[in-house]
Amino acid sequence: MDDLILEVQHLTHQFRLTKNLVIKAVDDLSFQIRRGEIFGLVGESGSGKSTVARCIMNIYQPSSGRIFYNGINVCDPKEFRKHKKILQTSRQLIFQDSASSLNGRMQVADIIGEPMEIHHIKPPRGSLRAEAEFQLHSVGLDKSYLNKYPTELSGGMRQRVAIARALSMEPELLVADEPIASLDVSIQAQIINLFKHLQAEHDFSILFIAHDLSVVKYLCDRVGVMYRGKLVEVAQTKELFSSPKHPYTKTLLSAIPVPDPRRERTRVLQEFDPALFEWDGKLVEISPDHLVWKGGNQ
Amino acid sequence: MAELLEIKNLSVSFDTPQGELQAVRDVSFSLHAGEVLALVGESGCGKSVLCKSIMKLLHGNARITGGSILVDGVDITNYRQRDMERLRGRLFSMVFQDPMATLNPTISIGEQIAEAVRVHHPKMEREAVYQRVMELMKLVGITEPEQRYRQYPYHFSGGMRQRSVMAIALASNPKILLADEPTTSLDVTIQAQILDLLRDIQQKLGTATIFVSHDLGVVARIADRVAVMYAGKIVEIGTAEEIFYDPRHPYTWALMRSLPAFAREGEELYTIPGMPPTMIDLPPGDAFASRNEYALAIDYEEMPPMFQISDTHYAATWLLDERAPKITPPMGGDFHG
Repeated sequence: MDDLILEVQHLTHQFRLTKNLVIKAVDDLSFQIRRGEIFGLVGESGSGKSTVARCIMNIYQPSSGRIFYNGINVCDPKEFRKHKKILQTSRQLIFQDSASSLNGRMQVADIIGEPMEIHHIKPPRGSLRAEAEFQLHSVGLDKSYLNKYPTELSGGMRQRVAIARALSMEPELLVADEPIASLDVSIQAQIINLFKHLQAEHDFSILFIAHDLSVVKYLCDRVGVMYRGKLVEVAQTKELFSSPKHPYTKTLLSAIPVPDPRRERTRVLQEFDPALFEWDGKLVEISPDHLVWKGGNQ
Repeated sequence: MAELLEIKNLSVSFDTPQGELQAVRDVSFSLHAGEVLALVGESGCGKSVLCKSIMKLLHGNARITGGSILVDGVDITNYRQRDMERLRGRLFSMVFQDPMATLNPTISIGEQIAEAVRVHHPKMEREAVYQRVMELMKLVGITEPEQRYRQYPYHFSGGMRQRSVMAIALASNPKILLADEPTTSLDVTIQAQILDLLRDIQQKLGTATIFVSHDLGVVARIADRVAVMYAGKIVEIGTAEEIFYDPRHPYTWALMRSLPAFAREGEELYTIPGMPPTMIDLPPGDAFASRNEYALAIDYEEMPPMFQISDTHYAATWLLDERAPKITPPMGGDFHG
């Protein structure tokens, strides 16, 4: 049927804060990412978006559930060890804060070359430096940046370097955790374009985590909406934005600021009452490719 | 309308080892009682420096190199710190972007608001202070103020922290509130709530507000007037309707076109070519010229003056000169459907 690159099944992750206090950051979450698509994950802060990303990237070991990447169950330590190299090269992660995800004591050329050094990959373009130059070029920076340190670069440029570092592994799955949240509007546009270009060029899949819905609407093919560790709605982007079904999705969509003063002043926020959220329930497919959280046991 | 704050040809420079950095260049605007003026621009364009120079919160290497700041007709440009201390809080207050950095993590929220009340009313009775804090907490929408009084900043969510900061800022009924990206670190839903709250308070108390933001969507919700800043200058100023439906400056067009909300399907997002200039040794002429696809030859030589479009709408671009060629703006009313 569908060619899936990632399948998440009943993923649950808990944080034990004290002996008696356990927080379920991600609760029985299931979704799939198809090969070559950009899947957006949205939700308020604390809804568990980043925890999902970290479980997928094996940074956290989930409390229960399974995650299949290309048919490999990454949560199983045995299988992980067996496929370690492919898992660690073909999945790449991009963080929100590029200032802290790049080593401030390394030059750009070394930053981009480091993954290849670690994995003992022979650079396809001769030397690590030539490889770094090539990747820099593909993210829109020229070779004059090779000897610069991260602190000498602006936020948008640093994010480009982080993307170039991920690209050097020729990934199949890119997990981007709020990659544009800390950037200016005009720089955001550049990075969004870059993601779109690269995706078309390399045909990898992207899990794009964001809280800015207008960006998700523009960039993603499918969107999942998270609320307190649960996935409450998954649909094609167009469908989700034109006919949201879950009340929380409606609230979220009603809060997007529109650059239009007259419409913006009359726009009424839709309130979402957490008390009305039914914790027992499941995702129900209401139309092809559109799943909505339904409470109760009907 | 009464002009509460008037900035005339204000210039602010920083002395750096590389030379003089002109952060604010020849900025003039006025703020009427009870209105919200939004300052919009990319990071580094001088929005925050402008706010801080009004409050005189800048570091030692900064100095006002020209112009004047008038509050209620009184020139405060040369006020010293001691004089300013009497004005801060009473006349103007400031809300910053990161509430966690503004609040003291070791003092309870209620005590921090009470502190702000006591500073301005040293002789107030204990009970009266407490009542005032309750009043303020209710004003900014903190529910169950009696319990919240004893809680600490880390008990609060980001939105609640920003509400507490606003309560502190409003403790002594300032006439002017300077809000420096108060919603940038918040979620969309919380952001909308805080914006509504700001608007609400502003209407209730009649506080004039300067709202700094880089998000044009946010600005559309809250602002009466908008000033667009680029490289330390105000390049366009007008009512929200004028800026959003009839923008005249190429930089305003560029800012709007780079928003995903305006992108048509299948089309690439517009990006502004090049980088913002460093503010040391600025080239002559319009600082935006090298990134401006509509730049005229004169843009590289001479700084455009402010052209008047209507009573409230001004823009600094040579395109408005009568000798300039006529071009169809890429942004305008039709784009809003």
